[in-house]
Amino acid sequence: MTCDEAKILLHALIDGELDAGHAREVEAHIASCAACAAEANDYRRMREAIAKADLRYTAPASLRQRIDAALPKPAPAAAANVTPLASRRSVLRGFALGSAVSALAATLLVAVVVRNDDQQMIESEIVSSHLRSLQPGHLIDVVSTDQHTVKPWFNGKLDVSPPVIDLTAQGFTLIGGRLDYVDARAIGAVVYKRRAHVINLFVAQTSSMAHKPAKTETIQGFNVRRWSDRGLNFWAVSDIGADELNEFGEKFEAAAQANKEG
Amino acid sequence: MPVNTTQDDPERARRFREAALPHLDDVYTLARYLLRDASDAEDAVQECYLRALKHFDTYRGPAMKPWLFAILRNVCRAEYARRATSPSTGLDDTPEAAEQTPMWHEEQQTPEAEMLRERDASAIRRLVDALAEPFRETFVLREINNLSYREIAEAVGAPVGTVMSRLARARAMLRSAWLAEQEQVK
Repeated sequence: MTCDEAKILLHALIDGELDAGHAREVEAHIASCAACAAEANDYRRMREAIAKADLRYTAPASLRQRIDAALPKPAPAAAANVTPLASRRSVLRGFALGSAVSALAATLLVAVVVRNDDQQMIESEIVSSHLRSLQPGHLIDVVSTDQHTVKPWFNGKLDVSPPVIDLTAQGFTLIGGRLDYVDARAIGAVVYKRRAHVINLFVAQTSSMAHKPAKTETIQGFNVRRWSDRGLNFWAVSDIGADELNEFGEKFEAAAQANKEG
Repeated sequence: MPVNTTQDDPERARRFREAALPHLDDVYTLARYLLRDASDAEDAVQECYLRALKHFDTYRGPAMKPWLFAILRNVCRAEYARRATSPSTGLDDTPEAAEQTPMWHEEQQTPEAEMLRERDASAIRRLVDALAEPFRETFVLREINNLSYREIAEAVGAPVGTVMSRLARARAMLRSAWLAEQEQVK
């Protein structure tokens, strides 16, 4: 690794945004480069000083009041309670209570939003399945690096036949398959490894035959890349970086395309 | 204040309040650092909340904070445009000019021998305020609003790689200024 690369990546290291492989590389560079080590050290001290000083501002009560007045009232009862002549003290007390109540309600709201949105619910279930799979003894039902062993294993267990593609040559090792339950249905999981990281590729049937381009998001710290192709929904879940997960998805899609044409 | 009838649904109002109001201090903090003026910041935050309410139906989660920040940025950009046309503002602080200066050119003046020492909040705020856009923004989102790289990318509408290079640059500039001040105090 060059100093120029390290000078960018060491920030991601300090911020805990680097995957284990890159983190090791940056740490190795810092260990061998006095200039980068001094910089990293200063940045760490800077972060600590900033965290200690607390540089946040608090919104003035008058602003909170202005916004509160400008927003539509949540319910008629609440509107009746707001009197423009309320003393400053009671206004402040109202806000303190309001924000505590709101914070609690916001937590509930998230649950409601998630429950109402199928896609999000499934994705959070998928992440839970990924987490479960990482517990000892849960990762794989059929252990094999051979796609011709893993693929037939799914026969009769699922209403779909998940494409099992060996991507070892592309840097993602097929290590097996597993049966999982998501959204109260059996779902296939094809398991890959990248270095020490597990990638679970979940495959489920969908009514739509359309190709839906990939979308990557982060859920509970895991990257989830979702796409659809020829009647199947795919979710690749892993703790590897989004760029690597995208690389995985692209290589998988390219190989699936080649299989179809070949 | 006149309120559009489609927005006057009490259930929607309740959901919006519960989702957005807990982030008021965060939004206000970002506005203070973006605009460097308390009363402009208050106006921008109020405008941000009204716009957010208007567009609340397009909000799809999961994170409310980056969404509000993205709206606030748009409000602030209008304010930048207004300031740019007023004669009192210098031209050195435009985002374009700042991003085009070479990457590590601040390093030259850095006194390498000295270790970085702690400073109080007002001294650090002054140093942060002196950073040029868009480095100040990225830095504040990361260090003060505690957003992840991905959330920052979402809020500022730039790729994560850009966020990383801006943050590296922001910290390099801040470190140079911090160490230079330290020299003067000595």
